[in-house]
Amino acid sequence: MKSKAADFLIYDEASGSYRESPEQAVRDDVEKHYWLHVWRTVVKDWRLYLMLLPMLVVFLLWRYFPMYELLGCFKVADNVLPVSEQLFSGFYNFKLLLAGKDTLSTEFWRALRNTFVLSFYGLCFGFPMPIILALFFNEIKSNIARSVYQVLTYLPKFMSTVVMTSLVMMLVKQGAQTSNMGIVSQALAAVGLVSRETANAGLLNNPAFFRPIYIISGIWESAGYDSIVFFAAIIAISPTSYEAAQIDGAGKWAQMRYVVLPSILSTIIIMLITRIGSLLNIGYEKVLLLYNSNTFVTADVVSTFAQRYGLEGASKGIASAAEMMNNVIGMLLVIGANTIARKASDTSLY
Amino acid sequence: MKRKLEASELIFKIISYTLLTVFALACLYPFVYAVSASISGAHEVDYNEIILLPKNIQFDAFRRMFNDNMFWNAYSNTLFLTLYGTIWALGYSILGAYALSKKRLLFRKFFNFFLVFTMWFSAGIVPQYLNYLKTKTVFNSVGIMDDKWLVVIAMGMAAMNIILLRNAFEGVPSEIEEAAIVDGATEFQVLSTVYIPMSKSTIATVALFFAISRWNGYFWARQMISNSFEKPLQVFIRELLEQYRDAEFIAGWNEVYASDSIIYALIVCSIVPILVIYPFIQKYFAKGTNVGGVKE
Repeated sequence: MKSKAADFLIYDEASGSYRESPEQAVRDDVEKHYWLHVWRTVVKDWRLYLMLLPMLVVFLLWRYFPMYELLGCFKVADNVLPVSEQLFSGFYNFKLLLAGKDTLSTEFWRALRNTFVLSFYGLCFGFPMPIILALFFNEIKSNIARSVYQVLTYLPKFMSTVVMTSLVMMLVKQGAQTSNMGIVSQALAAVGLVSRETANAGLLNNPAFFRPIYIISGIWESAGYDSIVFFAAIIAISPTSYEAAQIDGAGKWAQMRYVVLPSILSTIIIMLITRIGSLLNIGYEKVLLLYNSNTFVTADVVSTFAQRYGLEGASKGIASAAEMMNNVIGMLLVIGANTIARKASDTSLY
Repeated sequence: MKRKLEASELIFKIISYTLLTVFALACLYPFVYAVSASISGAHEVDYNEIILLPKNIQFDAFRRMFNDNMFWNAYSNTLFLTLYGTIWALGYSILGAYALSKKRLLFRKFFNFFLVFTMWFSAGIVPQYLNYLKTKTVFNSVGIMDDKWLVVIAMGMAAMNIILLRNAFEGVPSEIEEAAIVDGATEFQVLSTVYIPMSKSTIATVALFFAISRWNGYFWARQMISNSFEKPLQVFIRELLEQYRDAEFIAGWNEVYASDSIIYALIVCSIVPILVIYPFIQKYFAKGTNVGGVKE
C-alpha cells in the first residue's frame, strides 16, 4: 500500500501549517527504538512468549546443536578432544571421499549411487500403487466392504520397522540342515521365479534380491495408507461429472481418462513433487535392519555408510562429511520441489 | 431407476474386486502366518508344513516368552517411553503451536522458518550421536542417570506435527477467543478452554503420530540406552532375532517348538496391542494425511 501524506501529517488550522500526527510519532518512536519496542511487547505479552520457549529450547538443543558438530567434517577426528579444539584439516575429508584412490572412496560413491537407485526404484514402482488402489476403492460402492478392504491394507503401516523387517527376514530366511527356507522363498522357488539353490542360500544374502525385497516390502507396508489422500481426492469429484460423461456416451475407460484423472491430477503432481524432493532422505533404519555384509554392493546407502564408519568405526569426520553432502543435496531437492509445487498449484507444502 | 452396467464398467469392477482382494490378503497373510507359526510344533515350522492354519498346536513358545522377565521389562519400558514421550512432546508442541498461530507474535516468520528448516536439513547420524553423548553427560551431572529419560526428553521432536497443530489453531474463529478475553481469561485459559477443545481431533491425530513413533522407535534407543534393563521392546525383539538366527544357536536347539516360533510369538505380542486399539484410532490415523497440505 502506498503511503499518503495524510497518513502522517495533519493540517493544523489554528497555525495554518501541517504537523506530525500522533500516530506517526509513535511509529517514528518504534522505528528509532526498535529493540526497546520489542522488549516492551515481549514483557507485556510474556505469557505468549513463555509458551513458545520450551519448543524453541528443545529444537535448539537437539536439532540445531548437532549442526555445530558438523564442524568435525573439516577437522582431524579425535575421540577425546571436543570438536572446537580439534586440528583443522580443511577439505581433506571431502577430498578423501570424493577423489580418494582407496576403498573408502569407492564405497562412498557406491553408497551415493545406491541411495539414488533405491529411492528412484521406490518412486517408479511405489508411487503408482496407491493411485491404483484408490481407483479400485472407488469402485466398491458398499461402505462396509470398502472399510474392510481399507482396514486390511492400512494394517502393515502400523508395524514398526523392526517388526516389519523381522517378518520379512523370517519369510525369506535361508535354509539350514534342520530347517527349510522361509515360506515366501519356498513359494517363489516353487513358482520358478528364483532357483531353489538361490532361495535356499537366503534371498537377503544375495545382492541381486535386496532391491526387489526392499521395494516390494515398502509397497506392501505403505501403499494402502498412502492411497488415503488419492481416495479423498477421488470421492470429492461431483457425481454430476460422471453423469454428464455417461450421457455423452463415455464408457468406463473414457470416464477414467476424462473425468477421474484430470480431477486428481493436482494431487498426483503434489505428491510426486514431494516424493522427488525427499529422494535422498531414504529410511536408513530399514536398510540397516535388512542388509548384511553380503549385500553391501546394492544395499549400502549413505546413512548406513556413515553409521558404519562413524559409530561402529572411528572415522567420525569422514562419516559426517559423507552424510552432510547427502543431506545438502537432499535439502536442495526439497527446496526446489517446494518452489515448483508453489508455482504449479498455489499450495505450498511448507 | 438403476442404470444397467455397461460391459467396460463390469470388467473394471471385476478387476478391482479381484486385485483388491489379492492385495488385502497379501497384507493380511504374513500376520496370520506369524500367528500360526508361533503356535505350531517344531517339525511343522522347520519344514514349512504350515501354510495357513497351525498344526500340532503348542503354546510353549508363548509360555516361554511370558515367563521371561526381560520381555515384560522391555514391554513396560516401551509403555514408559510411549506415555511420557507423548505427553512431553505433545505438551511443548501445543504450547509452541499456539504461540505460532498468533499473528501478533513478533518474529513469527523467523520462528516458522526455525521449525521448517529442521525438516529440510538434518545434521546426520554422527553429529546427532555426539550431541546425545554430550546431553547424556549433562543429564548425568544433574542426577538423571536413567537413559530412558534422555530418550523421552531429547528425542522424537517433529516439526510437521507442530505445523499441523498450528494450522488447526489458526482455523479456530477469533470471535470465541475475544469473548473469552472479555470475560477475563488469561492466555493459558484461552488455550485450555477454547483452543484445545476446539481442535480435539487434530490433537488426537498428532498425539497418535507421536505415540506411534515412540512405540516404534529403535535406532536411537539402541544407540543410547546402555543398561539392558531399560531397553524398549523394539530393541529387545531385534536383539533376540539376531541371537536366534545364529547358526550355532539353532544347531543346539531342542524344544517342542522351533526357534523361529519364539520370534513369531514376539512379533505377535508386539502387534496385538496395536490391533486392539486400531479400530478406535483408525479414523484419526486416516485424517493425518488429509491435512498435509499446508498454507503459509
